[in-house]
Amino acid sequence: MSISQHSFRLACVTVCLFSSAGASQAFAQDGYDAPASWPSPMAEHLQWSAVFDRLEYSLPDKGEDSLVWDFQAWYGGDTHRVYLKSEGENVQGDGEEAEFESLELLYSRLVADFWEFQIGAGYQGGVFNDDHDEGVYGVFGFQGTAPYRIETDAAVQYREEGIVTASLELEHDVRLTQRWYLQPRSEMVFAANESRQQGIGAGLNSVRIGLRARYEITRRVAPYVGMYWQREYGETADMQREEGEDVEDTAVVVGVRMMF
Amino acid sequence: MAPKPSEFSVSRRQLLKGGSALGLGAMVSGVAPAWANPWGRTSGYSQGVEHGPEISLVIRREDIDIAGQFARPISINGSSPGPMVRLKEGQDAVIKVTNLLDEPTSIHWHGIILPPEMDGVPGISFAGIAPGETFTYRFPVTQSGTYWYHSHSGLQEQEGHAGPLIIDSATPEAFTYDREHVLLLTDWTFEDPKSVFRNLKTMEGYYNYQERTVADFFADVRRGGWVDTIESRSMWAEMRMSSRDIADVTGSTYTYLLNGHSPEENWSALFKRGETVRLRVVNGSAMSYFDLRIPGLKMTVVAADGQPVQPVEVDEFRIAVAEAYDVLVTPEDDKAYTIFAEAMDRSGYARATLAPRPGMEAPVPERRQIADRGMEAMGAHAGMDHSQMAGMDHSQMAGMDHSQMAGMDHSQMAGMDHSKMAGMDHSKMAGMDHSQMAGMDHSKMAGMDHSKMAGMDHSQMAGMDHSQMAGMDHSQMAGMDHSKMTGLQADAAQGGMLMAGAAQQGARYDQAGIGLDQSLRRVLVYQDLKAYSPWPDRRGPMREMELHLTGNMERYMWSFDGKKFSEVNGPIHFHKDERLRLILINDTMMEHPIHLHGMWMELENGHGDLIPRKHTLNVKPGERVSALITADAEGSWAFHCHLLYHMDAGMFRVVKVS
Repeated sequence: MSISQHSFRLACVTVCLFSSAGASQAFAQDGYDAPASWPSPMAEHLQWSAVFDRLEYSLPDKGEDSLVWDFQAWYGGDTHRVYLKSEGENVQGDGEEAEFESLELLYSRLVADFWEFQIGAGYQGGVFNDDHDEGVYGVFGFQGTAPYRIETDAAVQYREEGIVTASLELEHDVRLTQRWYLQPRSEMVFAANESRQQGIGAGLNSVRIGLRARYEITRRVAPYVGMYWQREYGETADMQREEGEDVEDTAVVVGVRMMF
Repeated sequence: MAPKPSEFSVSRRQLLKGGSALGLGAMVSGVAPAWANPWGRTSGYSQGVEHGPEISLVIRREDIDIAGQFARPISINGSSPGPMVRLKEGQDAVIKVTNLLDEPTSIHWHGIILPPEMDGVPGISFAGIAPGETFTYRFPVTQSGTYWYHSHSGLQEQEGHAGPLIIDSATPEAFTYDREHVLLLTDWTFEDPKSVFRNLKTMEGYYNYQERTVADFFADVRRGGWVDTIESRSMWAEMRMSSRDIADVTGSTYTYLLNGHSPEENWSALFKRGETVRLRVVNGSAMSYFDLRIPGLKMTVVAADGQPVQPVEVDEFRIAVAEAYDVLVTPEDDKAYTIFAEAMDRSGYARATLAPRPGMEAPVPERRQIADRGMEAMGAHAGMDHSQMAGMDHSQMAGMDHSQMAGMDHSQMAGMDHSKMAGMDHSKMAGMDHSQMAGMDHSKMAGMDHSKMAGMDHSQMAGMDHSQMAGMDHSQMAGMDHSKMTGLQADAAQGGMLMAGAAQQGARYDQAGIGLDQSLRRVLVYQDLKAYSPWPDRRGPMREMELHLTGNMERYMWSFDGKKFSEVNGPIHFHKDERLRLILINDTMMEHPIHLHGMWMELENGHGDLIPRKHTLNVKPGERVSALITADAEGSWAFHCHLLYHMDAGMFRVVKVS
């Protein structure tokens, strides 16, 4: 997919968003004979949210320490929203600056009580730097809460050279007390085809399983500690091995969840 | 302490009144609204009240300490909550309201029958009151009793823009008393109401610090065993709902106030031994239901929503948001009694003391534990969720117990295969709506017992194949409406209408609601309410209208019939002078206090000619409540859930009578 196609999609998303935002601010033509100059008895307000679900320092067993973020923000009404999502890291001591593993702008529509359909464009590469390989991709997926309160984010990415990948993130909160939470979390990445250049093998690429214990000082600020186990599989693992890197690692993480 | 001085003459007058109240009320800390005088009102005694028929009210923002902390509520004539407005039946009220806020405001006279342009709802009754402007309300006072007034603009009600409205009867009342006190319950937050709303929108359960934990799970296992506990918990988990979702906004941000005072400030109401004291209790909260009791005293309920009812002696009553109850108490002992109003979710309470002398205190009861919602709420939720479920395979669902699932809506379930569902017990499923279920195959459903399924609506079920359903027992299915089922011989819809005043199947008027143990003390229930004497319009309903109370807790979307106010394309239409039955079906897991402006709702709780009338009806989760309405008030009126943030989220309609 070319850059121009991406910008076209982005433009679509933007247009969709603003037209829908306009619609939700307009008031129903209720037909109760109110003069046009009167306000609506109930105005609908657009809302926003911004959350660092993870903002953590990761101390892996084999790899390098890194500062990791997982950020998500939205703006909009009940049905139509625009999302900005980003995950990334700054590996410590590698002489390189921070990298977006993903930076996505998405249009999101509520399609069921607990589910949103999301579509948009993504970027990966350096955070205002040239230290990392850059790439853009198209993305769509579903985000929501599965039965048993499993927070789910499933997405398909269409990358350069026709590479199609899919990611699945699941997390669940176990409430130990009103403020202590235990959060098991898993991430999986798959690919339909292979790209040596992008380090993507066909099939299951990687699995990461984590567990975090979080204390909610307030709803907005919640420090946590945790750990994760991660492994690369199949061709992806082979490529890793060829570069002399480990395919399995465990890490301890210390971080804070923040809501704005 | 007196209200703060101000540059406005109205407030100066208020200051003088406050000053004279100081002598009597010095033991009360904080700023009391002037009407909340410890001596209350006996005949001939009055103070701190704005008397009709001509009244001026000034709305402004003011620095007033609340619960000992700095706050900037919206004040009316210098106090927040505002002054008592006292009118007399037969007067022509002229109330001038001046807006000194920097935003538009309004006053709605809650429960008052008046011309539509005086109802005070911006956008429906009038344009609202712009900053700096004065609006003059003029209306004839044709009723009496205990009411209240509040802003109908944005979220101002949450900021203290409310006060009591008492109308003295032109004729002797059905009961006598020696003294009266107004008890106005409110919920105050130091947060900006807009941020409360955003918190609810962005995170379900933001204010709930009484959720179930792992410890509750094991406590349940010890009590009920593994199987039942896992079954029950997994049902809730599967639905992604919380059984502890009793209140959206809780004591974690609210300070519950009684007459503007926190529990620690302990506002006192005084009495003399042996006097009969009338307590006019109004719930002016934005979001909080209260359970009120006075340990050691029986309360005799004599009016509901301002309207006289046959006396009922109770120990406790639940007061929904915007409701009002008048109770009589007769303290015989020379001692203090605690007025204890516990929030429905048990996250806090409002408190005052009824005492013979100032400065006295009585023990404050322990708060009860939060209750878990049960099956009836689950059924309600299932009702929201099964619409548009197409092509489902329920085969092999054997031995399910669907008892107590009330008010389900299965509309638009197409192409379902229920084969192989054996041995199901659908008893006690009331008030189900199966409209628009098309193309269903119920073959091979054997041995089902549908007894006791009452009040079901199967209208618009087209093309169903019930062949090969063997051995089904449909006995005792009462009040089902199969009209409009194409290809079937069905009776005309007229035949299915209940008699006027009869309780709907699915109503739970004999239940006090979640968290109240009726075996422990006598708790007021809707079944207890009987009009003191019959209301004039004794016609039966000419027409029925159903409205579902709907919502999506996850997104904090609230609506009627699945549509927010911004999504509807017209008003609800009442025909002028018709007698209408409005059936409210709560498909959500929460209580909703539903308020109709401009007309009474006569609650069909089975008392025939003594049907009681109310301005606000509490509808419990899964419940089906019906009211008769005489649509005699031409014009446009607001109709909404009185939980402020539910209303703001879209649970609001316009009713047009023409």
